Amino acid sequence: MSDFTSNFWSVFVTALTLIGIIACGILLWMAGRKKVMATADNTTGHVWDEDLVEMNNPLPRWWVWLFVITIIFGLGYLAAYPGLGTFTGKLNWTQKGEYDAEMAKAKAEIEPIYARFASMKPEDVAVDPQAHAIGERLFMNNCAQCHGSDARGSKGFPNLADGDWLHGGTPEKIRETLEKGRIGNMPPMAAAVGSPDDVRNLSHYVLSLSGSPHDSLRASLGKSKFVACAACHGMDGKGNQALGAPNLTDDIWLHGWGEAAITAMINNGKVNQMPAQADKLTDAQIGVLASYVWGLSNKPNAAR
Amino acid sequence: MKSSERAPRKVIPIAAASPEPSAEGEIVSLYEAQKKIYPRSISGFFARWRWAMVFLTQLVFYGLPWLEWGQRQMVLFDLGARRFYIFGLVLYPQDFIYLTGLLIISALSLFLFTAVAGRLWCGFACPQTVYTEIFMWIEHKIEGDRSARLRLDNSPWTFEKVRKKLLKQFIWVAVALWTGFTFVGYFVPIRDLGGELLALQGGWQIFWVLFYGFATYGNAGFMREQVCKYMCPYARFQSAMFDKDTLIVSYDPERGEPRGPRVKTVDYKAKGLGDCIDCTLCVQVCPVGIDIRKGLQYECIGCGLCVDACNTVMDKMNYPKGLIRYSTQNGVLNRWSQSQILRHVMRPRVLIYTAVLVALCLGMLASLTTRTPLKVDIVRDRAALSRIVAGGKLENVYRLQIMNATETAQRYRISANGLDGLEVASEQEFDIGAAESRWVAVRLQIPYGAAAPGSHAIHFDISALDNDGKVSEKSIFLVPR
Repeated sequence: MSDFTSNFWSVFVTALTLIGIIACGILLWMAGRKKVMATADNTTGHVWDEDLVEMNNPLPRWWVWLFVITIIFGLGYLAAYPGLGTFTGKLNWTQKGEYDAEMAKAKAEIEPIYARFASMKPEDVAVDPQAHAIGERLFMNNCAQCHGSDARGSKGFPNLADGDWLHGGTPEKIRETLEKGRIGNMPPMAAAVGSPDDVRNLSHYVLSLSGSPHDSLRASLGKSKFVACAACHGMDGKGNQALGAPNLTDDIWLHGWGEAAITAMINNGKVNQMPAQADKLTDAQIGVLASYVWGLSNKPNAAR
Repeated sequence: MKSSERAPRKVIPIAAASPEPSAEGEIVSLYEAQKKIYPRSISGFFARWRWAMVFLTQLVFYGLPWLEWGQRQMVLFDLGARRFYIFGLVLYPQDFIYLTGLLIISALSLFLFTAVAGRLWCGFACPQTVYTEIFMWIEHKIEGDRSARLRLDNSPWTFEKVRKKLLKQFIWVAVALWTGFTFVGYFVPIRDLGGELLALQGGWQIFWVLFYGFATYGNAGFMREQVCKYMCPYARFQSAMFDKDTLIVSYDPERGEPRGPRVKTVDYKAKGLGDCIDCTLCVQVCPVGIDIRKGLQYECIGCGLCVDACNTVMDKMNYPKGLIRYSTQNGVLNRWSQSQILRHVMRPRVLIYTAVLVALCLGMLASLTTRTPLKVDIVRDRAALSRIVAGGKLENVYRLQIMNATETAQRYRISANGLDGLEVASEQEFDIGAAESRWVAVRLQIPYGAAAPGSHAIHFDISALDNDGKVSEKSIFLVPR
């Protein structure tokens, strides 16, 4: 009730509720005592529109007890649960408490299931049918938004099923990625490379690394400019997983393929982020998820 | 003891009619204390039909959950797994339309039966009536008939009275609990339920057994006609479905009035009396405690017991039967014969109800028999609208929920059509377990440039390899600019 600066509304609500209940009780009591005149033909004697008469059809007495029960229940409820302004109720029930209790209960149910996976090797977890089903659901709820429901990503979001890894593809590395997140940083390199024409030549050289369609003349001219890139991507262009620098020779293009896309990348750079999941998922969940992701590109012999 | 109990049945008490309220009126409360009704038991045409319906409905209700279909319960509504087994059918929550259809058919049947023959449902098939009848039968067996019960209730608490009351309550509770148990047995496999209850497992199951048992006990043992009079909406809107050609339990006032006691040897007609000897047997047998001689009343559940009672009396008096009879308002008024009454059954509202009902039943039957035991929902991937992949292909991703509505594991093949060069790039065949559903990710590809930018209508064809189950579902394929 911190939204309110005074306790006026609390008092108002409490008074209104209690007066309402008391009024119901008084009405019930008065109606129970009231007597009416019923004529011989069991009508109330009221006549409208010449011949329309009102029958005397008394309510059964037990019906009154339903009202009484309702009132007693209402008072009992208000005593036990929060309902009267700021009064918290004798049971001290809160929505948050309910939520916490349910979460604790769910946790107690889930823990033994995860405990089994914790003692297994990540590679074995990947082929466990139950772990696979759990991993799939975790992936759908937490990863599919960016990486797609088939884990094959899209532009800017890496494909997790192709065996190509920016930061390493062992279960341990995947786990690290999940826990801490990753930031891929390609700085703008236009100044280091030279003139726009140099950048264009360099693009064609980069395309030539993976045997993609390119202008071989421009590629040979751009080769010398690759020195600027080699610090991260390596002299051979095969990248560096320690830095998260992509392999440029494997014809996998996270941010677009072709001269225009590569030129733009050299000129503008790019910061791409995988958010950390450690505070969102439990350690056990991350373990199962890491094994699931690893299993997407590593099909062990065992059938799933 | 026994002879005195039986004696009242054979004697027709000739008693004065209930005293009329004074002409000046009286001061009454707005509420009425419930007057307990002690219906006299009666045999006859309608009483036999009522018992036939009790046996029919209760054999189905109590028996059905025990029948097996293959390896499972024949009728089981598994709420936890959300699968509904009815004979050979496996229904998913997605089949909810069938429940809607069933409810509409039930409602229309109620309209039709009411228009033709009044409250047949209330008198003969409604659980409230049926269980009340069963409970009353138990009461009758233990405490005796109407007069014996009246005497017992007015007598002081003796050992005999306590014994009878306890025995009655014990049997009532047993029947009620068994009813609750059977009811829950439609939702939890009934053959395991007993053991689970004895081991005090499953809090909700115990709760529902007790809850439904308590409802049966309270409604059939104590509330009885009060439920029909004050709770059931049907009694209140029946007048909207009645007309003057609806068959109802009717008293023939022209023939019966003026009513009055008489000596059998004296010519009552000469004394100006009608056929009604005012024995009030029709009131005594009435389970809702009304006097049918006052005409059609909303409390009347149309059970026809007063017809049986009156016919017995008419027989004894050597008067023709049918002073109270199943007839229509027009029939009584115009002194129609049986065939004349039946001829008026065919009236527009009856024909329309029948036509709609038959059409609905046929539609439902056709839909159920031609139903494909396979359902598919298609959801486009939430992340990637469209992507370019190796090999110069354009790819869209879909998630398919494949629901196997058979009781054997099935292998399904997925194909996609509707665009040139459209093909499934991911796995094309999936195994789905018996009565299971599974989400699978499916990738569709077209060669880059094979379709104009924009949205293209396509459809998935999913077919079972082992049977002829085949489903076609629409979706779209997006091509970026």
